[in-house]
Amino acid sequence: MTSVKRNSDIISINNFSFYYGLNQVLFDIDLRVVNNEIIAFIGPSGCGKSTLLRSINRMNDLIENTNHEGDIQLIGQSIYTRDLDVIGLRKRVGMIFQKSNPFPKSIYENIVFGLRIAGIKDKEVLDNAVEESLINAALWDEVKDRLHSSALGLSGGQTQRLCIARTIAIKPEIILMDEPCSALDPIAAGKIEETILELKKKFTIIIVTHNMQQASRISDRTAFFYLGKLIECGDTEHIFSNPHEKQTEDYISGRFG
Amino acid sequence: MTDIDRNLINSESVLKKPPKGDCYIWLSGLGLSLCLLMVFFIIGLIVWEGTRAFWIKDIVQITLNQDSQTHIDGSKILGGEIVLKQQKSIAEVKKSGDPNESNMEWQLYVGNKDHYGFSFFYIDAGDIKTITKPGQLIKIEREEYGNLIGYPEKIIIDNDTAIDSDSSIFEGQFSTLVNEVADRRDEIKKLEKAEIGKINRKIKSFQLQKRTTDDPDSLKGLEEKLKSLQKEYEQLAERASRLRQTQNSHKLQCRLITGKRIIIPLGSIINYHYPNQMSISDKLFGFFQNISNFIVSNPREANTEGGIFPSIFGTFIMTLVMTLIVTPFGIITAIYLHEYASKGVWVRLVRIGVNNLAGVPSIVFGVFGLGFFVYFLGGSIDKLFFSESLPTPTFGTGGILWASLTLALLTVPIVIVATEEGLSAVPRGLREAGLACGASKWQCLYRIVLPASVPGILTGVILAMARGAGEVAPLMLVGVVKLAPSLPVDGIYPFFHLDQKFMHLGFHIYDLGFQSPDSEAAKPMVFATTLFLILLVVILNLTAVTVREKLRKKYSMSAI
Repeated sequence: MTSVKRNSDIISINNFSFYYGLNQVLFDIDLRVVNNEIIAFIGPSGCGKSTLLRSINRMNDLIENTNHEGDIQLIGQSIYTRDLDVIGLRKRVGMIFQKSNPFPKSIYENIVFGLRIAGIKDKEVLDNAVEESLINAALWDEVKDRLHSSALGLSGGQTQRLCIARTIAIKPEIILMDEPCSALDPIAAGKIEETILELKKKFTIIIVTHNMQQASRISDRTAFFYLGKLIECGDTEHIFSNPHEKQTEDYISGRFG
Repeated sequence: MTDIDRNLINSESVLKKPPKGDCYIWLSGLGLSLCLLMVFFIIGLIVWEGTRAFWIKDIVQITLNQDSQTHIDGSKILGGEIVLKQQKSIAEVKKSGDPNESNMEWQLYVGNKDHYGFSFFYIDAGDIKTITKPGQLIKIEREEYGNLIGYPEKIIIDNDTAIDSDSSIFEGQFSTLVNEVADRRDEIKKLEKAEIGKINRKIKSFQLQKRTTDDPDSLKGLEEKLKSLQKEYEQLAERASRLRQTQNSHKLQCRLITGKRIIIPLGSIINYHYPNQMSISDKLFGFFQNISNFIVSNPREANTEGGIFPSIFGTFIMTLVMTLIVTPFGIITAIYLHEYASKGVWVRLVRIGVNNLAGVPSIVFGVFGLGFFVYFLGGSIDKLFFSESLPTPTFGTGGILWASLTLALLTVPIVIVATEEGLSAVPRGLREAGLACGASKWQCLYRIVLPASVPGILTGVILAMARGAGEVAPLMLVGVVKLAPSLPVDGIYPFFHLDQKFMHLGFHIYDLGFQSPDSEAAKPMVFATTLFLILLVVILNLTAVTVREKLRKKYSMSAI
């Protein structure tokens, strides 16, 4: 899968370190993410891949007593400057969580939530956004007859796709996915994977996963983290067949982790 | 150790010892059963005694032995409702030394307080010769002096014609006349309360205007208006007094069980029945009639007779106003404390303070309410807006608004704590989802977190309502009275009279039980009032619980 056009860096992470209190969890991470690629973060639990992911849309701001060094840039602009509009940033960088978290509202209201809080009231715009994002998230056929019933009645896989639809309704540039399939059965996970591959045409996707097969199936590039350090990053094919580092090889072949 | 050894040890321990901690299960079960037992006992007692007060009892006529010392006004024939039959204390039995004396004594409700001087009477069970239940015995509920128990003899119409109780038209005449009396009583009440009251209010406002204006022209106009109002007032007063006279023009002659003849004006009769002639279904009908009368009518005779409507209404309105104040106040405080205040020593101190506030004795809140709300706030309002009517205070005296505010202060910690619990119970995933969709913290809070925590918040409101409705001590200082002349909400502009003093079921119970001139007569009323206070709290809570369940279904978080 080397045919991806590597036009420009959409995200560049420069010497990024992160601390919970005095405990350093990320060490000098340097990483580039380019347009319309899927990059997978792999590594054993506690290696800091989720923390890095949550640093990209500043979700870690919610946790008290955290610190960072270095910088993350979104299309050449630092996201850690003082005057940055965090809400604007989160609109540009959407996020899917490990546990699907639909709002206790109707399917329709879940999807238009981001648009409503942005002040959009035009019914036609909202209706179109719902249809478009549900189609993109491959959920339209399953729910088109019950858009106004509660989102809590959907199955696990469906709610995760609803969360994807909710995120893409805001039209972000990048979608962060934090182990989106780990709570799902293989069939539901397969559907999500198909959706992700479809989404690649329009969005840049960063996905954290514990599932090696998943990473190798869907990602263009893979980054391997271990104990807070970025060990290796390269084309997925290369990482899985012929990694440079021994740690990477050990992890991928299942010798630890 | 071999496997066999190990098995041996295991099997022994299974056989010999019960699992550790078994006795604690028993202990906790015991605690629960004791608790339930006490609750059921007290509820059962209140329901039994409270409903019994409305049951129509038979009236017995008792003839005592000739040699007994007991008598009413020299008569050995007496009667009334049997209230209770109880064992005498041993000391009492020994003291009298009478060999015939039984160790049982009966308490009778004999009524006719105006003639006997008492309405309850004790007799010795051993003195009783005969007991009969004559059908002719009537029990008349009167406006004053409680019930009359006796035999009706005749109706005297306009001081000359008399209808004997033996005559066939007596029953019909009596009932029509009593109905007429009731209609006229309503009319008098309407005249005096509504119409004369309206004119009085007008006169009062014109007099206030007169005091403040200096303009001679408008002064003259005001005076003319006052004069015409005065005339109107006199006409109405004249009509009312004429009606009152008609009320007393017909009379009823009765013979008490003791033989004494008395004459009462028909105007004083509210209700009457012949208990000994009534069938079970009649009595059941009367029972429900008594209950509904108790709920809808005003108290009489220092609250020991009549109903409790003003108390029910006052409690309801006060609880409602309190809830309307405490809910937004508590929720807003809790939101800031939980969501926005940076967690530090200060917030910890505030939280400790709030929790301790819930433990302050309620009378302290009453004193605070009197000093701050009534004297300071109320006094300032009077000076600013009602200065023309000073020194008569408008808001500078206890009233339903100040009582509600005091109770709101008393219950606000409950709402704060419950709201904070509710907010922390919302899963972090929901907040993160909201923020990840580009919501600001406030949008996330307002659109997602608050709706999801509504059930928790309502639990707090329910607890606050239950606490507030049952509180009495602070209210005594800030606006509850024994008898309020009018309701805090009525049809007179501006409809809500939040400056008005009011009656409260809790205080009513205290007043009946401990401040009443006739505590025996008040006893059934105490139980009945308690029953209705509990019912009111239950109804208020059930309403809130229903609302909460509806919302819980709507915002169920089961999927997360």
